[in-house]
Amino acid sequence: MGTKVNDDNSSSGAGRATRRQFLADMARTACGVGLLGLGIGVYSQRAGALPAEALRPPGALPEEEFLAACTRCGLCVRDCPYDMLHLARLGDGVPLGTPYFYARQAGCEMCEDIPCVPVCPTGALSHGLTDINKARMGLAVLSDQETCVAFLGLRCEVCFNICPIRGKAITLETEHNVRSGKHARFLPVVHSEHCTGCGKCEEACILDESAIRILPNRLVQGKLGAHYRKGWEEKAKAGEALVTPDLEHRYNLPEGVRYEHGGRGLILEKAETPPSNPADILNRGLEGR
Amino acid sequence: MADYSEVGKEAVEAKGWWGAYRWLLLRRFSQVTVFLLFLLGPVAGVWIIKGNLSSSLLLDRVPMTEPILFVQMLAAGMVPAADALIGVLIVALFYLVVGGRVFCSWVCPLNLVTDTAYWLRERLGIRGGARFGRGLRYWMLGMVLVLSAITGTLAFEMFNPVSIVQRGIIFGMGLVWAVILAVFLFDLLVAKRGWCSHLCPMGGLYGLIGYFSPLRVRADRRADCNDCMDCFVVCPEPQVIKPALKGAGKGIGPVILAGECTNCGRCIDVCSKDVFKFGLRFNNEEKVEGLRGTAQPL
Repeated sequence: MGTKVNDDNSSSGAGRATRRQFLADMARTACGVGLLGLGIGVYSQRAGALPAEALRPPGALPEEEFLAACTRCGLCVRDCPYDMLHLARLGDGVPLGTPYFYARQAGCEMCEDIPCVPVCPTGALSHGLTDINKARMGLAVLSDQETCVAFLGLRCEVCFNICPIRGKAITLETEHNVRSGKHARFLPVVHSEHCTGCGKCEEACILDESAIRILPNRLVQGKLGAHYRKGWEEKAKAGEALVTPDLEHRYNLPEGVRYEHGGRGLILEKAETPPSNPADILNRGLEGR
Repeated sequence: MADYSEVGKEAVEAKGWWGAYRWLLLRRFSQVTVFLLFLLGPVAGVWIIKGNLSSSLLLDRVPMTEPILFVQMLAAGMVPAADALIGVLIVALFYLVVGGRVFCSWVCPLNLVTDTAYWLRERLGIRGGARFGRGLRYWMLGMVLVLSAITGTLAFEMFNPVSIVQRGIIFGMGLVWAVILAVFLFDLLVAKRGWCSHLCPMGGLYGLIGYFSPLRVRADRRADCNDCMDCFVVCPEPQVIKPALKGAGKGIGPVILAGECTNCGRCIDVCSKDVFKFGLRFNNEEKVEGLRGTAQPL
């Protein structure tokens, strides 16, 4: 803009003008398309976030990869024999056109042949998943102990009984009911090792709002540091402790008295009748001297 | 240029109504048939084809995958499973043979919307608006791929009205009517043939595929052209006609070789002199001129 072009002759000036025109058009197009791309990019990032309560079908790749692989074709939705999968419509608040389900509406029935997975043309639902028990659609969390009737001391156990991996993914732990003083509480406990996140427990929870919920593993599951070793497991594996064993503590106690650490405490081996003269106790062992 | 309401009248007089609308009607029939085939499953439980245009399964066996999705997936860094690979080869080969943008004119559901918008725009005499270059779609295609690479997702699929509309009709509309309306209004008021002929990156990709297609529209009898300009008015990509129709003096044509040609056949319909016909891309340039009147190429 600042420099004025001195044209030597009209023909080269025209050539330069068309070249300049061409470059200007290119730049304009590039800017326009770039801006549109930026807009779509930002929009897709904002509208592309999966709400926590929306779960992916079994075998789904981690969300980021899933969004790169899913063609939004709906074949998994079509092949679900229970029609519990949905394809996100515009305005549903789930990344457009991707499959999802809400556990509270209808959980995954965990078909043994997993029909939704092999039909996926791209492997967004990983074809490596052949055992439905290995699916990880989410993780059940007993999110509200205040309303779970088992915690209130009532017998419910619906989540425990409906669980497709009954007795493993959810177990019942008994506990003394302090309130009544004479009953037991049967508390459902989820084990992440077995829970597939199918959502049947959330679907079946008898409350108006479920006290047990399936949430994405990334939101709720902890992870031990990679360097962590469970001492008792390592010990069992090696057959002996891997660290120098603690010396057994020696208590200097009177004869007939033991101390059990972490157990019963002070133990009198035999109930002696105290000697009439207390000095005899102090002089015990010195009789010959 | 011919008055829009007069376009095609000459052809109707010369060839009769069917002759002047044959390819248009066949094309609408094809669009509606594809559309109904996809709907037949969810509505009537007859599963000839399952899924949607993005990916589908024909007769529960033949996988098909849309090329634009496939290239986005590659750009996003995914290596898709075998079905998608086979599916995209089937689709790409099909369009490679019949003409890339046959998708646009014979299959794409949005074509009905944009054709209607164009028709109304011409009828109402709406002029002006944004002017885009014909190469814009290739920029768009590049942008879509860059976007996939940067975001690592199929970002454009959040926006792509073609897949949104077709999926919406098959799997539940949601707010899809708003997308249809937006494209309609864009083509009606903002830019003449704005989406299909300028912006759509799917059209861009199919244009690249179609560059190699053997099936072409040929202006074999271009010597008979009476310069009525009707073909230029009805053609969604009028720039493709000129070299083939008017290139005799320069030794160009008579085959329309541009990948942007959608093989819609509207020019064949609208021409009262039967200048155009479907044929193969071979016997191009002057050779055909010599043959004219004796043996007609396929």
